[in-house]
Amino acid sequence: MSLGPDEVKKIAHLARLAIDDKDVEGYARNLSNILDLFTQMNTIDTTGVAPMAHSQDVSQRLREDVVSEHSQRERFQKIAPQTENGLYLVPKVIE
Amino acid sequence: MEWETVIGLEIHAQLSTRSKIFSGAATAYGAEPNTQACAVDLGLPGVLPVLNKEVVRMAAMFGLATGSTVAKRSVFDRKNYFYPDLPKGYQISQLALPIVQRGKITIELEDGSRKTIGITRAHLEEDAGKSLHEDFHGMTGIDLNRAGTPLLEIVSEPDMRSAKEAVAYMKKIHELVRYLGICDGNMQEGSFRCDANVSIRPKGREKFGTRTELKNINSFRYVERAINIEVERQIDVLESGKEVVQETRLYDADRDETRSMRSKEEANDYRYFPDPDLLPVEITEAFINQVKETLPELPDAKRSRFISQFALSEYDAGILTGSRDLANYFETVAKTADAKLAANWIIGDVSARLNKEDKDISASPVNAGMLAGMINRISDNTLSGKLAKEVFDAMWNGEGDADAIIEKRGLKQITDSSAIESLIDEIIAANPAQVAEYRSGKDKLFGFFVGLAMKASKGKANPAQLNDILKKKLSA
Repeated sequence: MSLGPDEVKKIAHLARLAIDDKDVEGYARNLSNILDLFTQMNTIDTTGVAPMAHSQDVSQRLREDVVSEHSQRERFQKIAPQTENGLYLVPKVIE
Repeated sequence: MEWETVIGLEIHAQLSTRSKIFSGAATAYGAEPNTQACAVDLGLPGVLPVLNKEVVRMAAMFGLATGSTVAKRSVFDRKNYFYPDLPKGYQISQLALPIVQRGKITIELEDGSRKTIGITRAHLEEDAGKSLHEDFHGMTGIDLNRAGTPLLEIVSEPDMRSAKEAVAYMKKIHELVRYLGICDGNMQEGSFRCDANVSIRPKGREKFGTRTELKNINSFRYVERAINIEVERQIDVLESGKEVVQETRLYDADRDETRSMRSKEEANDYRYFPDPDLLPVEITEAFINQVKETLPELPDAKRSRFISQFALSEYDAGILTGSRDLANYFETVAKTADAKLAANWIIGDVSARLNKEDKDISASPVNAGMLAGMINRISDNTLSGKLAKEVFDAMWNGEGDADAIIEKRGLKQITDSSAIESLIDEIIAANPAQVAEYRSGKDKLFGFFVGLAMKASKGKANPAQLNDILKKKLSA
């Protein structure tokens, strides 16, 4: 399976990555190689093998439903580019 | 051509936990912006989500109450998209292995018939923050207090065939999650929201038509209207020879129309993958059994029991089991007072006053014990219906319980026949002309005597007794 330059650009856009046009071809080649490896792995018979969801064979620890975090708004907002009335401000988005 | 509507609903129920699904920040509604958004909710580098045990318990409750499979192993995935109210750039959700799988629920329709609606799945996920678009010098304000609030997304099968069925289903789920105590169901505050997948097909055809998704409909009334408007639009599109486009549409209640939401062209490219920050969730049979033991009596079971135990009509039982609080109130009253009278008073005067003052049954100034006390004074003939209303109003206004009010205001009904007889004797003696007229056949005058007698007793004579005695005396 191979990816073309348009697909690479689309993936980069979905991930909000700014990439140089001159690198597109290289990315396409590397990503295609990775996909080729997966194609190869797909030929292995995995009947009866449960799909793996995590590399560690342990299960999720659960925490009690207790409020343990208290407001640190001033600290967090100190590093935000722009805030007002306790809100984080971002470039206008509207549907 | 005759068209058939096909509807599936996705309901988002905020789970009533104290803390968030993956962090220890509070979930209380209405806090100052961003005071309940911690480092995990903000998606700061280096933080690790840890799953809240309570959301697992609540999801399991929902699963057990709908006859679903509660998965022993479920997995969290990342759903990737960029929007400023989602700081991590992905929402943690469940795709391939949700915690609740394949259940069903029975809805009642207006004509009294029942229909079973399939529940495909219910999965856990985190809510996003809120964007405020007004008045920030051309910028958007972001409040992340809601980010990370636990949601149970309940996905139905496309089993509904009309907007009315969709509303009945939504109400049923709403009633259930409140009974279970896993969601407060407050639609104004967004605790219970719904998206509807709507398509139409020629009647009799098996294949589904192309569907559109109506977003964020936040009231029962709007669900019905939004679906009906969208169905009309789709019929117009198809009958003019065009095709329905699969897309997300927004219902605009002010203009009563649905319109396409642009900027979602990448919406279906979420690139889900298992979240490496979270391990698979494994729950044991013992845990599931433990949850099973805590399940309250469910609405349908309670309804049937009320009908058989208290001889209520299906209609009355339906209203009284509308919420757990109301059902408990009724049962407390009916424990010590006449059940039929209790049902009439609760459905009538109590509900009317609560509605008028926009109060919940738990905030009723007349508690169950007080209402039972008053009903017992009706049953033992101390109070007539009319006097009871006066007592009820006084209780509502905080004048104490029924006995105290009866005593203080001297409202005791007169049931002593000799007292009523002597009162009537006086009236007959004082109105010889009318008595003669009545006896010569002018039946209409009976009301005149009833009025005089009631007035003479200051409204306290037992009406049935008064009628009987009066009739006897006048015809003598």
